[in-house]
Amino acid sequence: MNLPASFLTGAAPPGPWREFWGSFRANAGAVAGLATVAAVILLALFAPWIAPYAPQLTDSSAFLKPPAWQAGGAWSHPLGTDAIGRDLLSRLIHGARLSLLIGVAVVTLSIVTGIVLGLVAGFYRGVVEIAVMRLMDIILTLPSLLLAIVIVAILGPGLMNAMLAVAVVLLPHYVRITRAAVISETSKDYVVAARVAGAGRLRLMLREVLPNCAAPLIVQASLGVSTAILDAAALGFLGLGAQPPAAEWGTMLADAREFVLRAWWVVTFPGLMILVTVLAFNLVGDGLRDALDPKLKR
Amino acid sequence: MLRFVFTRALLVVPTFIGMTLLAFFLIRLVPGDPIETLAGERGIDPARHAALVKAYGLDRPMLVQYGIYVERVLQGDLGKSMITQAPVVREFAALFPATVELATCAILFALVIGIPAGMLAAVRRNSIFDHGVMAVSLTGYSMPIFWWGLLLILMFSVQLGWTPVSGRIGVQYYFEPITGFHLVDAWLSGEKGALRSAAAHLVLPAIVLGTNPLAIIARMTRSAMLEVLGEDYIRTARAKGLSAVRVVAVHALRNALIPVITVIGLQVGVLFTGAILTETIFSWPGVGKWMIEAISRRDYPVLQGGLLLLGIVVMLVNLAVDLTYGLINPRISRSS
Repeated sequence: MNLPASFLTGAAPPGPWREFWGSFRANAGAVAGLATVAAVILLALFAPWIAPYAPQLTDSSAFLKPPAWQAGGAWSHPLGTDAIGRDLLSRLIHGARLSLLIGVAVVTLSIVTGIVLGLVAGFYRGVVEIAVMRLMDIILTLPSLLLAIVIVAILGPGLMNAMLAVAVVLLPHYVRITRAAVISETSKDYVVAARVAGAGRLRLMLREVLPNCAAPLIVQASLGVSTAILDAAALGFLGLGAQPPAAEWGTMLADAREFVLRAWWVVTFPGLMILVTVLAFNLVGDGLRDALDPKLKR
Repeated sequence: MLRFVFTRALLVVPTFIGMTLLAFFLIRLVPGDPIETLAGERGIDPARHAALVKAYGLDRPMLVQYGIYVERVLQGDLGKSMITQAPVVREFAALFPATVELATCAILFALVIGIPAGMLAAVRRNSIFDHGVMAVSLTGYSMPIFWWGLLLILMFSVQLGWTPVSGRIGVQYYFEPITGFHLVDAWLSGEKGALRSAAAHLVLPAIVLGTNPLAIIARMTRSAMLEVLGEDYIRTARAKGLSAVRVVAVHALRNALIPVITVIGLQVGVLFTGAILTETIFSWPGVGKWMIEAISRRDYPVLQGGLLLLGIVVMLVNLAVDLTYGLINPRISRSS
């Protein structure tokens, strides 16, 4: 029989946090992802102290130096240098800072706007709901990068506009989750009871409905960070995101494209950082979804 | 059944209207005066400015301008490219087959590898193969495809010399573009080596573009198969003594493929997104590269028209997927 251990010992059942952590911990991939995310966060926080050089510092005696383990490389520049002598390792570390900033800022903006729109659509049904959901459908129909590049083309290239564009592209996911939660919760008895007791709409929204859609929102937020980092890097690669000399991984790849024949390290390492970071956030997001999904509870 | 088709088709109309609204107003958001943007750095004298404003209808109320825009769109006039002066629709039609050819090969690659991999992973659950497929799939899903393309070029085109670096076909071949699809046209033309060249140019871009859909399709097939394999009728089939192959391939796969087909259809939007990046890396002359060039040249009619046209294509494909899903799964069409 599959009884929880606490049943036999008579101890109190584990609280929701411990239960969640137990499920999350069992997923090896999720734990590895979490460790990697923590490492990237540390890199980003302590970048100015960890990185051996400043990211914009050029060294005219060391153009396109290969990594230390290759012939011609030196341990003063462990991962080599780029075309104008900037240390690649330092730029990658500072790039972590930029990418995390992008991911968190975009998702925060998107979630807050998405929750507001979802709550409004769900509570004030009718025309408002139809208009909001149609707009979300259109944003979902249009290819995401296409919409983002058109927005950036209109507003002008730059990091802020790129972040705004990606936030718009991510919006529909949060609006849909929130609205679905509003619709399913408002028909339940406790919400009706609260309303009868005189609770206003705002209180209903924030106290009753919102906590119940927290779980899917958190999962979507984690996956959203990875999408945001990937999309911002794509925009940077196309020259529409962070502009040179910013040490953003996608922008670094754009600069490196012409050196694909001569200097493999300038192309390989920034992309590897993107892959590892995005993979880590996806693993964490998947782990969160499996741990928070009640249908999967054994 | 007809009612289902009709209601689904009708839902397309508000989405179309919304897209035209978006395309119309997005361009109005461009900072600065549109006529001055058209004139560029040369500047424009006030009398000509006023005449152009009247000619483009920019002095009319916004709603009237929108009405004129929609009327033109419905007649197939999406304006002219500011750089080449060619109609946007004609440029799109010339470049679209290249993107379709690339996207088709990419999705074929994704299906041929993804569906069997997902199936096997589901059948051998929790085995090394299963974990391997999941790991590769998650990596493919997290991969920045612009980097993946550069890596593959580095490895296969530069180091090994197996595939060409860019373009659709070797410069020494010429044939009449009958369908616009180089694979078909090369084969029809009968020129020696042309088909081989076209195929060689397609290999790397198709793999790069198909990586993301491959990951999604493999995952989706695996989870759909797992769900189906747990059903009672599969247990019955096994109890009847049917061979494992027959149970999986005939009974399970058919039902597992239903959600997978929906996912395939919905990949079209993802494919266009990926095509923009893939075409840039491989210098593939399709609509993705066209849009990127339009941005750097500030060619707003192309941007506006391209966005609308691609949106319409995705919308129509989604409709087709919706209808197909309703046809395959009678529960959907009966309930509406």
